[in-house]
Amino acid sequence: MIRDQDRFRLFSRRALLLAGGKLALFSTLAGRMYYLQVIESERYRTLAEDNRINLRLLAPPRGRILDRNSVEIAANQRNYRLIIVTERAPNIETTLDRLSQLIDLGENDRRRVLREVRRQRGFVPVTVRENLEWEEVARVEINTPDLPGVHIEVGQTRFYPYDHAAAHLIGYVGAVSAKEQTGDPLLDLPSFRIGKNGVEKIHDLRLRGRAGRSEVEVNALGRVIRELSRREGQPGDEVRLSIDMDIQAIAHKRLGEESGAVVVMDIHTGEVLALASTPGFDPNAFNKGISRDYWQELMRNERAPLTNKAIAGQYAPGSTFKLAVSLAALESGLVSPDHTTFCIGHMQLGNVRFHCWKKGGHGRLNMEGAIQHSCDIFFYDVARRIGVDRIAEMSKRLGLGQVLGLDLPGEKAGVVPTRDWKRAVLNQPWHPGETLVAGIGQGFVLSTPLQLATMTARIANGGYAITPRLTRVEPPEDQAVIAEVEDATPANAFADLKIAPEHLDIVRRGMFAVSNDPRGTAFRARIREKGWEIAGKTGTSQVRRITLAERETGVRKNEDLPWKERDHALFVAYAPAHAPKYAIAVIVEHGGGGSAVAAPIARDVMLETLRRDPASGGRGLIREARADANGSRRD
Amino acid sequence: MLSGFYKQPEMTIGQKLAEMNWGLIALLTLISSIGFVMLYSAGNGSFHPWALRQMLRFGLGISILVTVALVDIRFWLRYAYVIYGVALFLLIVVEIAGDIGMGAQRWISLGFINLQPSEVMKIALIIVLARYFHSLPEEAEGKLRYLIWPALLALVPAALVMRQPDLGTALMLLMVTGAIFFMAGVRLWKFAIAIGAVLAAIPVAWHFLRDYQKNRILTFLDPESDPLGAGYHIMQSKIALGSGGIFGKGFMQGSQAHLNFLPEKQTDFIFTMLAEEFGLTGGLGLLGLYGLVLVYGFSIAIRAQSHFGRLLALGMTATFFLYVFINIAMVMGLVPVVGVPLPLISYGGTSMLTLLIGFGILIGVNVHRDMVIGRSPRMDGP
Repeated sequence: MIRDQDRFRLFSRRALLLAGGKLALFSTLAGRMYYLQVIESERYRTLAEDNRINLRLLAPPRGRILDRNSVEIAANQRNYRLIIVTERAPNIETTLDRLSQLIDLGENDRRRVLREVRRQRGFVPVTVRENLEWEEVARVEINTPDLPGVHIEVGQTRFYPYDHAAAHLIGYVGAVSAKEQTGDPLLDLPSFRIGKNGVEKIHDLRLRGRAGRSEVEVNALGRVIRELSRREGQPGDEVRLSIDMDIQAIAHKRLGEESGAVVVMDIHTGEVLALASTPGFDPNAFNKGISRDYWQELMRNERAPLTNKAIAGQYAPGSTFKLAVSLAALESGLVSPDHTTFCIGHMQLGNVRFHCWKKGGHGRLNMEGAIQHSCDIFFYDVARRIGVDRIAEMSKRLGLGQVLGLDLPGEKAGVVPTRDWKRAVLNQPWHPGETLVAGIGQGFVLSTPLQLATMTARIANGGYAITPRLTRVEPPEDQAVIAEVEDATPANAFADLKIAPEHLDIVRRGMFAVSNDPRGTAFRARIREKGWEIAGKTGTSQVRRITLAERETGVRKNEDLPWKERDHALFVAYAPAHAPKYAIAVIVEHGGGGSAVAAPIARDVMLETLRRDPASGGRGLIREARADANGSRRD
Repeated sequence: MLSGFYKQPEMTIGQKLAEMNWGLIALLTLISSIGFVMLYSAGNGSFHPWALRQMLRFGLGISILVTVALVDIRFWLRYAYVIYGVALFLLIVVEIAGDIGMGAQRWISLGFINLQPSEVMKIALIIVLARYFHSLPEEAEGKLRYLIWPALLALVPAALVMRQPDLGTALMLLMVTGAIFFMAGVRLWKFAIAIGAVLAAIPVAWHFLRDYQKNRILTFLDPESDPLGAGYHIMQSKIALGSGGIFGKGFMQGSQAHLNFLPEKQTDFIFTMLAEEFGLTGGLGLLGLYGLVLVYGFSIAIRAQSHFGRLLALGMTATFFLYVFINIAMVMGLVPVVGVPLPLISYGGTSMLTLLIGFGILIGVNVHRDMVIGRSPRMDGP
């Protein structure tokens, strides 16, 4: 009993200890609970919300791109997407079999769908096909009772109604690449497209708009339980261009199969009305993810369909450069307005002989006549008198040799050579012969069609430094009002280039003669309508060297040469000749002669431009009929 | 004690019923009812699939509890080794069954219930150890070699359970054994040696753990290292619990639990759900109720006149405590996830029955508290 009593006392003591230990452990639990639920509560609450709430971005519709008359150049098109929700489709195989009887469903699509179905959870929709035709949509919709789990979803894709005609100008959109990720979550959306080129790229941020967001509650498996809130996005701004799509389309059509470019510009405002480059490409092909074959075809084509030749094509300006040389000579004071030379078909500088394009020579010519006949000897002589640096200075004033800042990616600067330039770039001294070559726009001189159009516009508008511009931007809400407003920034709002008017007159008279004197180089491509006469300058720029031997046996005709070796055909002009309003530059790569190939294109595009000019009023329509009659005779 | 009143061995059933701790039974019912409410919530406001079945089990369990409480505790004393032997036999049976290709099965199907031998062992071990220390001759007390046998009694089933593999139950068996050793008066320095030995054995034991068990322990040590992998459950549990705050999100409003971020919300992680929906208030309230049950257990143990009864009562109380502590500590990230249910609340029949049988024995100790039993069971045999 005593023992038992001891045992009991020990037991009680130990029981107390044990109870104390348990109390301590329970206190630990309570303390931990307090720590998690009171001290750390905020943090866990945030984590819980993160768990529960899934933010979904709603892609905003991309802003449209319009021409000056509100014609859509880039718009959004409904994209019908066929999706399938696995958990609602008891038998995927059967459903796909049925679908393939209704729509075009390749074996590849089928395999991809089955693979995704296996990988995804049952409630995640799997895309079966995109860009369904409306007829296919209708066929699927009618059969929905037999197609459990199949839905049509409507999305938006970019659509370019003029496809090839404005491809370089507008550019295209494409999926966001890893390099283009900026951290904006919008860019992570798999269907999001951003501007990759042209206007789409330059104005991408404005066109994008702001994303809407939808907060949805999801469970641990990611299944959406309900939508908590939704804020619609803001559609992208519209971008209105100075382009007139009708002129653009005509320019594109007239260039046809040729590789070339056309730029049409308002000489008073610098607004570009057409900026065409051929061959084009189909920008619509890029939204959907371009096919490899098409890409290969574009890359392999020697006519460089992806280059916007109007701003990135750099060509020797050839005889069109003589306009700048003329003004440089007159303004230098070293050559008087009535200066003449006698052309015998060639001239000697040291022991090198320089040839005129006309074998027998032109005889005596003043500057006006030299422009009209495009006599090379006259300009060799003039260039030699004034030196290359003066030519370069005037060229720069007229807009050559510099990036003019049109709102497009990839604009090139061209080259206006000087002595310093040659030393800096090639580390060689300037040879006097090179001044002569520069005098006829050959050699180192390179310019883009946009620069040539700008040069022509500056000559035509009386020497004001207009710069080309592409966009007319108005907020979308007051479109209707904007359409009425004539954007008329007068040329004299631009810097005066301070070229004497009488000097400009000489050059313009020469240009008028080119197109309107029966002996002018572009007489055959004149505009016959009274008051719409065109004044231009042809150019033929050589891309190969004519050897002495060839000159003796007779220069080979362009038609006999491989395409790559043929001359570039150029033509710059303004119209109407007596009240200039528009300037145009045309280049046809390896097209042959400027007068035969480039001038007629310029004429046709200019006619269309004048016809569409608001000032021409009803005349446009009447002349349209007549021009058609003329056209059929010409061809 | 000398003035103690000797009850006749044969008490009437009425007398026994009158001596039962009805307050404790009411407390158990209250805790279980909280469980029903939580299971109703876990079923998204439905008695199916969990709440109703749990209620039926509880009803069955309570009648078993009362029946067990009526059993004379000398019965447990006398048949202690038999009960232990049967439990060990069953453990070996499932072990062999597992080896001959029935998979890692931990239970034997009895048709209406799946009998888990490890659960039977939890009670059998307490009974057999209580008997051993009760019957230990006076001169043997405090001698080390007399601890070898009870240590074996515990280690053999623990090793078998560990092999199943059921780390949680194995550890519980060992910890209950420790508690009984402690109450039986084993010197504290011996515990120190035992703990030292265990620590030394950890590297060896690590080698025998399954990969998923190793993972659980590693994850416990650094749960945020792999939030979508093994640490996922603990992170989600802490998020749910922490986001509950002081007053909780409200009944059926526990977003983490209801959106299935919380794993096993009806079984092992039900405490998290309760704490998410009822906050710190609810969690501490439940902890308080559990504390009250422990107070009952201790007072029954203290009041029992026989050493056997005291050890039995404390063994049962310790088991209950371990369930509560391990489960709650586990969901709060204090101990590794070992798969121990929250007593009376987690959905599941076996643990409910084990616990209620345990409480039946505890109440039986109270009913028979004045019984003085000699060290040798034969001397006082009925």
